Amino acid sequence: MFKIIDKQNLNTDVVRMLIDAPLVAANAKPGQFIILRTHANGERIPLTIASSDPLAGTVGIIFQKIGKTTNYLAQMQVGDFLSDFLGPLGEPTNLDGYHNIAVLGGGLGVAIAYPIVAAFSKKRDVNVDAILGFRNKDLIILQDDLQSSGANVYISTDDGSNGVKGFVTDILQQQIELGKKYDCVVAIGPMPMMRAVCNLTKTHGIKTIVSMNATMVDGTGMCGCCRVTVDGKVKFACVDGPDFDGHLIDWDEAIRRSATYRPQEKIALDTWRETQSTQHECKLGNKVN
Amino acid sequence: MINTDSNKQINMDNLAPDIRVQTFSEVATGYTPQQAKAEAMRCLNCKNAPCVQGCPVAVKIPEFIEAIKNDDNQKAREIIEQTNLLGDICGRVCPQERQCQSKCVRGIKGDSIAIGRLERFAFDVTAPNSTAPDSTADFTTPEPDAKGEHATNPQLNTKKVAIVGSGPAGLSCAATLAQAGIKVDVYEALHDFGGVLLYGIPNFRLPKNIVANFIDNLKSKGVRLYNNVVVGKTIKLSKIYTDYDATFIGAGAGLPRFQGIPGEQLSGVYSANEFLTRINLMHANRFPTFDTPVLIGDNVAIIGGGNVAMDAARCAIRSGAKHVTILYRRTEAEMPARAEEIEHAKEEGIEFKLLVNPLQIIGDDNGFVKSIELLKMQLGEPDSSGRRAPEPIPNSNFSLDVQTVVVAIGQTPNPLIRRQADHEQIPLNFNTKGCIVANEDDFETSIDNVYAGGDIVTGAATIILAMGAGRKAALSMIDKFKTHKQG
Repeated sequence: MFKIIDKQNLNTDVVRMLIDAPLVAANAKPGQFIILRTHANGERIPLTIASSDPLAGTVGIIFQKIGKTTNYLAQMQVGDFLSDFLGPLGEPTNLDGYHNIAVLGGGLGVAIAYPIVAAFSKKRDVNVDAILGFRNKDLIILQDDLQSSGANVYISTDDGSNGVKGFVTDILQQQIELGKKYDCVVAIGPMPMMRAVCNLTKTHGIKTIVSMNATMVDGTGMCGCCRVTVDGKVKFACVDGPDFDGHLIDWDEAIRRSATYRPQEKIALDTWRETQSTQHECKLGNKVN
Repeated sequence: MINTDSNKQINMDNLAPDIRVQTFSEVATGYTPQQAKAEAMRCLNCKNAPCVQGCPVAVKIPEFIEAIKNDDNQKAREIIEQTNLLGDICGRVCPQERQCQSKCVRGIKGDSIAIGRLERFAFDVTAPNSTAPDSTADFTTPEPDAKGEHATNPQLNTKKVAIVGSGPAGLSCAATLAQAGIKVDVYEALHDFGGVLLYGIPNFRLPKNIVANFIDNLKSKGVRLYNNVVVGKTIKLSKIYTDYDATFIGAGAGLPRFQGIPGEQLSGVYSANEFLTRINLMHANRFPTFDTPVLIGDNVAIIGGGNVAMDAARCAIRSGAKHVTILYRRTEAEMPARAEEIEHAKEEGIEFKLLVNPLQIIGDDNGFVKSIELLKMQLGEPDSSGRRAPEPIPNSNFSLDVQTVVVAIGQTPNPLIRRQADHEQIPLNFNTKGCIVANEDDFETSIDNVYAGGDIVTGAATIILAMGAGRKAALSMIDKFKTHKQG
């Protein structure tokens, strides 16, 4: 069992938690992920490691309330226990040899981008531009953390309520036009956003690394649920990734596969919400009696 | 009524097919004491015991059968336990017709002795009552240390062994070591213990309480089991083998194979590993009571002819599929699956389409499986496996409407250990297939005191071979501990 040590709402949909998991914390590197199960009937879901503190023995996760599991998790409180917490999984992000890096994060992807930005902007000869996109100003997360990491932070919002109006690709394009010579771009976020970044960087010939948030079951290479076609070859995001060369990904396939369980995700969430509301009625009844 | 024809095996009762397709309860219900005794009486107690030569772990078969004849089932169990601590599992899942029973003298004129059923009987009838069906431990709540009651040899009870993986190889190794009084820590990546016994083999073939009982029994002997630990990731491999006096790696053949045909990335195409894991480990057949879903259309196709293919087909029919078809490129005679599994699958209405080879899986506009295109085959000359090789019949293409496809054509060794060995620059040798190289006699690897066995060494093989390897590795460790007192 893994105790929730701290919990913080980053915005209405996004929650940050610190989990007591000393062995994971001791070995975690930027770009790696964990698999958790909230309770015995729960599913195993992968979440990127947002931070790790080997001394405190804690691992940070940041997640958006989307399906049943993430909503269930968001209801859990400090002091509660997760049934399972496995990691660190996957290969760490490798940016050796790059000196001018742009890290692009979209929405929740910013949480995944954060440890990478923090780790690489510390290096002496590396310049990191963190280009972050959100739908509007209320959804902005981790701005302070990123700004204090030493990276140059650029923000875009779809509605222009903060920073540049538009998308992360607009800022990237602008910076390239202004003469920035990036030798590597890291794109993390929803698949359509990562694909858009890849389309842009391809025209400029800039190496681009993406982090594939595929569906997983075991997370150790055993099931093949997370397979991604990269350069015409089948790769497993859990053991070969999660980072891949974004220019070689079959995006149509990856986006399609990510929608495989959408109807089931809705059923699970609706069924759970129903039981939540009936439980609530029950409590009221008890009080009246 | 027990039959009295000494050339015929005593039948074992099965749940009726129409009942069992609605449940995951065990299909073969096992011998009654009368049936077991009658079957035991058929044994000729051959002096040279050819059956024992057919057993990968050399169970003293005529001796345990003799004990059943004499109504001493506890003794029968103890005789089996001298070489195999998991007789209830082996009795259920070993391919006996290719091992012990294939050598049985009774088999020359009639049916061989039903050795597997008797082995199962001896264990089932003497099983201590289970206490906790769900048994997991982790680092925050470690099990208590060994009480020392089994630690009879002072040279051994100071020794500590780490076991990587809680599948058949690891469990068998752990049990053998614990019996000798050695401290054992087992590390498992998944949230529950048993490896393929848990996520792979369905409950209707191997009830999970048998695995849970075995785990409980290990714990009562002081073995500590840790879930949620990927050795190499959560704890470095090098840390494990320096912290312990010896290490056994039984990480299994984790990586599923695909055919490499178009359409394998469509939604609704599963590796057998994924399909079985979703159902057996995550209980997706009971979605949304359990949170993990699985896509099972009305028509399900299973590619492959082994036990895993049979398991997948029989899971599908129990999980809502209306029609399940096994697609196999040779004939039934070449199928690697056990005869009993094929028979059970047929009884449950699984269709067998033989001599067909999948060419591509076709999807609808949303990327979900719609049909599978097949090519008819015919048998030609024997190939390297000794089986007649399937050859395509030109222009014989046809397609089947299916919504789910399960690819059950085997696994390759899990690459994780190898990759971590590279990262940590550990001199652990692997062969070209990615299997760990271990000595055939003592199962030691290229690193001193690091042993390996099971599918991570042999590639995908059988449970009994993995158990045998785990046991033999444990015995080699014990030998070495005794010889090098200071080591």
